[in-house]
Amino acid sequence: MQRVSDETLIPMLPIEEFERRERRRMSPVADIWDLLDRVKDPEVPVISIWELGVLQDITVQEDVVTVSITPTYSGCPAINAMAEDIVDCLAAAGYDHVNVQTRLQPAWTTSWMSAEAKRKLVDYGIAPMQKDDEGIQCPHCRSVDVKLVSYFGSTACKALYQCKSCDEPFDYFKNL
Amino acid sequence: MSNVANEKIAAYANRLGDDSLIHGHRLSEWCSNGPFLEEDLAMTNVALDYIGRARNFLTYAAELIGGGATEDTLAYERDCLEYTNLLIYELPKGDFAFTTARQYLLDEFELLFLTALCNSEDSTLAAVAEKSLKETRYHLRRSKEWMLRLGNGTEESKEKLQTAVEQLIGYTPELFEVDALEKDLISGGIAVDRAGLEESWRSACEKTFDEAGVNMPQAVWRVKGGRTGFHTEHLGHLLADMQFVQRAYPGCQW
Repeated sequence: MQRVSDETLIPMLPIEEFERRERRRMSPVADIWDLLDRVKDPEVPVISIWELGVLQDITVQEDVVTVSITPTYSGCPAINAMAEDIVDCLAAAGYDHVNVQTRLQPAWTTSWMSAEAKRKLVDYGIAPMQKDDEGIQCPHCRSVDVKLVSYFGSTACKALYQCKSCDEPFDYFKNL
Repeated sequence: MSNVANEKIAAYANRLGDDSLIHGHRLSEWCSNGPFLEEDLAMTNVALDYIGRARNFLTYAAELIGGGATEDTLAYERDCLEYTNLLIYELPKGDFAFTTARQYLLDEFELLFLTALCNSEDSTLAAVAEKSLKETRYHLRRSKEWMLRLGNGTEESKEKLQTAVEQLIGYTPELFEVDALEKDLISGGIAVDRAGLEESWRSACEKTFDEAGVNMPQAVWRVKGGRTGFHTEHLGHLLADMQFVQRAYPGCQW
């Protein structure tokens, strides 16, 4: 059972993800980006919408803050909750005019999630996505002797697996 | 960008939205009725993807239509004659074999259709297609596996699957019909030429049917009418259920 951890590979950042990070790095409203780090994925409350790759851009014109987000799955019900949480979070900081826009292109992909976000998933008990859904590791005992129970788990973004070593069922965050 | 009128693009987005919405609703009827928990979850998850897809298409259609139209007015305030979904989507969910066979036939179709729609000159349609295509690839993995399991399962599961396919086959030619509207949009680079997908669809399906030990019948009978508002009796019942709250309490909000 040979395992290769993410840290030993040279990271290949998708171009969209590079651009997303640049938008944040170059943004004149760094404080708003930082504020929105508090908005978490309601289904996986240890990961922020930034880490998830959903938060795409923030622009401010006059006193209107426009936040662009990209939905994960077309029918993900969490996207509405995220939009509401963004408005609430900014309202609490005194931004009364917030406009949340949905951006469909480029389509969201799990490859935008950072190694840090994947670590948080494991700590939360969710196996992070693997290339071609191969080499999936049990988040509880780290065994790779696992079996697919169902392509669809508790949410659209997850599949259900069971570990054959420790017997525990677990969610797997699917590649998309 | 081509000069095809927005009205036509709106009508096109509307039909694609109708197909997705009605299909999503049918799948959602399995919620709490699945044969076991995992399949219950799987079907409702796929249903959610379709309803999300419908929202994307209908929101775009509503934007182009203007005049106060929204995804909700399109979904909840139109009656049968105004719905333009193809008939195969509105057929009752039937048993698990019927739902599986329909899902499989449609997944193979969607894979080809969405791949082609990604190249649309219309950037919104292309974006919705790009997003949906990823989900469809995943749906197909599951529905194909179930085709093999049912086909190679017991005598009973095989027979149910064979019966389902024979009930469905006459509804499949409508998937490949191109009418005047789509002809226009195809020449403008907006729409997908459905007719051109039929051969690839059929050969992909035949391969799976072969592996499943089930015959893929020829469509010796065929029905159509969805695009012009001529529906089966089932759509009215579906809409009565889906639209009940908006009809009883117009304009109500959660």
